Amino acid sequence: MSAMSKSGDSTPVVTDHWKKPPFIENPIIRYGVMLAVFAYLSITLLTLPIDWQRAAEGLERASRIFGGAFPPSFERSGLLIKGFLESFKIAILASVGGVLLSVPLAFMAAKNIAPKSIYLLGRGIIIVARSFHPVIVAILFVKAVGFGPLAGVLTLVVYSIGFVAKLLAERIEEIDFGQVEALKSAGASFIATVAYAILPQIMPRLVGLGIYQLDSNLRASAVVGIVGAGGIGATLANAFGRYDYDFALAITMVIVGVILISEAFSGVIRKRIS
Amino acid sequence: MSEHILQDSWARCTPVQRFQRFAAYAATALIVSWALSSLDIVWAWVWDAPEQVWDLLDRMIPPDPTNLPSILEAIWQTINIATIATAFAIVISLPVALIAAQNTTPNRATLWLGRFILVSSRSVNTLIWALLFVAIFGPGIIAGIVAIMFRSIGFLGKLLGEAIEEIDPKPIEALTACGASRLKVILYGIVPQVAPAFFAVAILRWDINLRESTVLGLVGAGGIGVILQGSIDTFNWPETSMVLLTILGLVIFGEFVSSKLRGKIL
Repeated sequence: MSAMSKSGDSTPVVTDHWKKPPFIENPIIRYGVMLAVFAYLSITLLTLPIDWQRAAEGLERASRIFGGAFPPSFERSGLLIKGFLESFKIAILASVGGVLLSVPLAFMAAKNIAPKSIYLLGRGIIIVARSFHPVIVAILFVKAVGFGPLAGVLTLVVYSIGFVAKLLAERIEEIDFGQVEALKSAGASFIATVAYAILPQIMPRLVGLGIYQLDSNLRASAVVGIVGAGGIGATLANAFGRYDYDFALAITMVIVGVILISEAFSGVIRKRIS
Repeated sequence: MSEHILQDSWARCTPVQRFQRFAAYAATALIVSWALSSLDIVWAWVWDAPEQVWDLLDRMIPPDPTNLPSILEAIWQTINIATIATAFAIVISLPVALIAAQNTTPNRATLWLGRFILVSSRSVNTLIWALLFVAIFGPGIIAGIVAIMFRSIGFLGKLLGEAIEEIDPKPIEALTACGASRLKVILYGIVPQVAPAFFAVAILRWDINLRESTVLGLVGAGGIGVILQGSIDTFNWPETSMVLLTILGLVIFGEFVSSKLRGKIL
């Protein structure tokens, strides 16, 4: 401790012990940050409404849940497969729809292509699409278009736009503008410029993003089903609601397995593309 | 290649490439039509959807701020869930990352144990963790914190583990050669090398957790989602849009803070 206080001095201190330089140089800020973090943590932790009795009962409940969950039951594997097929279809449709919508949106949201007002509109749409968790979007769509896979597809289209359009717009902003200028000076139309000067430059990124999004939509569709947007999530929520913990565990295990496979698969494809 | 020059019209793709492209398009169209035709969709609802969405938006305007104090309180709770859960997850993920990285794990058994922890934490979504912990702890903020924590451990541990695997082994060799203990090797050889990656990952996860915390309430695990669920269930659309606006504000605030912190630290 004594070495630490000396380290603030201007002259190098001659000690026989080396001390790691502190992370934040200024001691006032350093201790201020430490104090603030400590105060925040202790206040929030102390005011947490922990009900120890409830937690103790919870442990008993937990053992009942886990006891009920083992061994996992694959008896109703028909439902399981049906739910997964639906999730796959939702993910595919949402990825295709999302990518198709993301391309024009990305052009709108690229600073070097779009005029200022369209740029702001495009960015605004992307920010809103990114900000809301898919589950919130799903609830709204379930209210608007009813229960079922349609709400799931619409939700994941919004989710895909938020991710794909944002990263694609960033890629468009990084393109080599020489090719665009060359085509323009040769008298090419806007469409021809986009098709021959911009698209070839962003295509690898677009394909990579699309594949990544397919993987990520599959994950998300397992969740949005919990609020009624179809797919394997709906099957899981039903199993949980009916206290069929053994079936719920079986579903969760299959979800984990499928996600791992799809992650490995999309990783391999993306590596081959780039 | 030479015969291409003789052609009088230029084409971007060779015939083979063009064929490949069309095959890819056709395969995509086929898959999409299969998905569309076999999916359980009520088409009357599809054509009705734009009108319904507009109707919903129409009912949400203008937002109703009468309940703003309790909304802001729930937002504060949401921030607390995200922050506390991230803090705990960081502490727990450090040893997990150490045993899940190939160059620091004591032996093969611990390596696989570490990987197992990371994979199972990462593959189960926060909401599914929340369903489980609500059943255990009962509805409330505790279930939310624990759920977010469980999901974050896998994320933090995986990225930290990768950062640890990429470190330069020389400082560690030097320390070991001087006879430093295992703890000192970690503290002075590994920690300084992974600290930047560590802070970047932790800030990123905090930002993600902020978003995830907004939906915990939908399964009863505390935060702004409780109010959102309540207002949706009672068809109180003006309040719903108010909640959505504050969530938007919260997310933008989170992005602002995390980009500021990132700029400060890195």
